[in-house]
Amino acid sequence: MSRLSEVFKSGKKILNIYCTAGFPRLDSTLPVMRALQESGADIIELGMPYSDPLADGETIQKSSAVALANGMNMQVLFEQLKNMRQSPSLGGVGEAIPVVLMGYMNPVLQYGFENFCADAANVGVDGLILPDLPQHEFEKTYRAILEKYNLDLIFLVTPETSEERVKKLDSLSSGFLYAVSSSSTTGGEKDFNEVKEYLQRLQSYQLKNPVLVGFGIKDKKTFNDACKYANGAIIGSAYVKIIQQAPSPEVLTKCFIQSILN
Amino acid sequence: MQATYKEPDELGYYGEFGGAYIPEMLYRNVEELRSNYLDIINSASFQEECRFLLKDYAGRETPLYYAARLSQKYHTNIYLKREDLCHTGAHKVNNTIGQILVAERLGKKRIIAETGAGQHGVATATVCALKGLQCIVYMGEKDIERQAPNVARMRMLGATVIPATSGSRTLKDATNEAIRDWINHPENTFYIIGSVVGPHPYPDMVARFQSVISKEIRTQLKEKTGSELPKAVIACVGGGSNAAGTFYHFLDEPSVDIIAVEAAGCGVTSGMSAATTQLGKPGILHGSKSFVMQTKDGQVVEPHSISAGLDYPGIGPLHANLFVTGRGKFLSATDKEALSAAFELARLEGIIPALESAHALAALEQVKFDKDDNIVICLSGRGDKDMETYMRELNKK
Repeated sequence: MSRLSEVFKSGKKILNIYCTAGFPRLDSTLPVMRALQESGADIIELGMPYSDPLADGETIQKSSAVALANGMNMQVLFEQLKNMRQSPSLGGVGEAIPVVLMGYMNPVLQYGFENFCADAANVGVDGLILPDLPQHEFEKTYRAILEKYNLDLIFLVTPETSEERVKKLDSLSSGFLYAVSSSSTTGGEKDFNEVKEYLQRLQSYQLKNPVLVGFGIKDKKTFNDACKYANGAIIGSAYVKIIQQAPSPEVLTKCFIQSILN
Repeated sequence: MQATYKEPDELGYYGEFGGAYIPEMLYRNVEELRSNYLDIINSASFQEECRFLLKDYAGRETPLYYAARLSQKYHTNIYLKREDLCHTGAHKVNNTIGQILVAERLGKKRIIAETGAGQHGVATATVCALKGLQCIVYMGEKDIERQAPNVARMRMLGATVIPATSGSRTLKDATNEAIRDWINHPENTFYIIGSVVGPHPYPDMVARFQSVISKEIRTQLKEKTGSELPKAVIACVGGGSNAAGTFYHFLDEPSVDIIAVEAAGCGVTSGMSAATTQLGKPGILHGSKSFVMQTKDGQVVEPHSISAGLDYPGIGPLHANLFVTGRGKFLSATDKEALSAAFELARLEGIIPALESAHALAALEQVKFDKDDNIVICLSGRGDKDMETYMRELNKK
């Protein structure tokens, strides 16, 4: 069973935290991931920085630009993640916590899609979120490669996605389904009543995957609200903002995660 | 050889290029457009209104002008397609008229656009004023500084110009910001893209709206020479909308040479260039697969050209396919060669071309034609907007 399926089996509400690889410093990647794991995050979503991140708001755009300026690229990333699955005492995140890579298609294609999957699987990555991978391209070309390397592929759905398409994307996803809380780029603010209605609609579809809510989740209240109608939620921009100024992101990470979970 | 070079397949692919690589947040809007655009543009009401606006508002048809002194110099027969005489000063309005009519028929009330030099922004602001629709134009902060007169024109026409402050603060980033705006306003907004780029169906839709250029060329050339088909058609390519329009009705005529001219900037190997087919690799930019100028890690790089309209790190998927199949011949002209071609046209024919169009004219120095050949060059825009650059050049002399 994949780590993602395993983590949802407990039934607890899942906290997935996004961080950008190579941010705030080039060598922050693994220390930040370890701090997240130790602080009680359930899933780590690691962003691979891209020069033109269309779906991202200002905070994550900036973190990507900083990471690129720091010298982050795929080779560096996989080198940094080489010992990721070592125990925390040795500097890794351990065997249990799922790690998902999030990024845009172009850098992945330049690395070579299959090479990328092989290297990701090799360091112990569990799944991918590629927002600009079209569904039919996935079915035609990429699904077989992902299956070969046992990587989950997580599709996004939005309040604008039709019932038929939600069901289709759910059937193609594994690990979980990423419910974008509102039609916006990351880091936006939306009225929760509308979000609630949408999440209830998703619940009524009897989807095969657990649902995590992302975009606009930023603190204890928004996390708990989302968890009422989903299996958990994803925090990105709010966390990136917290660590962007930090000389040692590890300390702030603990405070931040505790402020959400306690 | 493929059946047609003009149109993509059902998924929006020209050969291996095109498609719709978009995040789910854009899916509904793009799908709404994809499933409606052909019905709309083939409808009688659309055709009638479009024809009327192109004629009485934009000033079509534009002349096909036999440039006698230029022809004499290059020992061949050169015809200039005078898109520079269109309302707003360039071919861009052909597309914005088409798209505003589509937006109107889809019930959209808020129009967004990206712009580099400001020509597409002006053409969009123009049709929005005409239709009484709200208009928001994203423009790189750097371009806003460089192109003040066009910013003023857009504002006078009632548009809101929003500076794109992300990334390199030029056209690529203005396009990103426009796409992000669309993600954040899924209900009532229509995105008028200015070139044959973006996710399917944009490249096809924009090419169809610009194809009026080659449609007119065929008729006009027949009247002037007895044959609809020239030896060659030449156009500059940034994203490639005037080129798509100029080539369109000749793409499936194998006897006609298709010549695209990219901006070499300070020289193709100088590190300051926008010659995408020479410097780029297949990749994904702004929602479609095409040639993209990028680092080996797949990060998009900033191009350079003296002409803001060619200063784009990608190229439309239609053109990428012409390039890899060999159907199109891709040349490049440097900043210097373009400037010299602009001055040559001014002095020989009394026409000051846009810097973009000057790149197409520069091809005459690179390709040898026979004295009986008929060559058509698209003069995509006029040079008013480039006077500052031209003045700087004059002061050097």
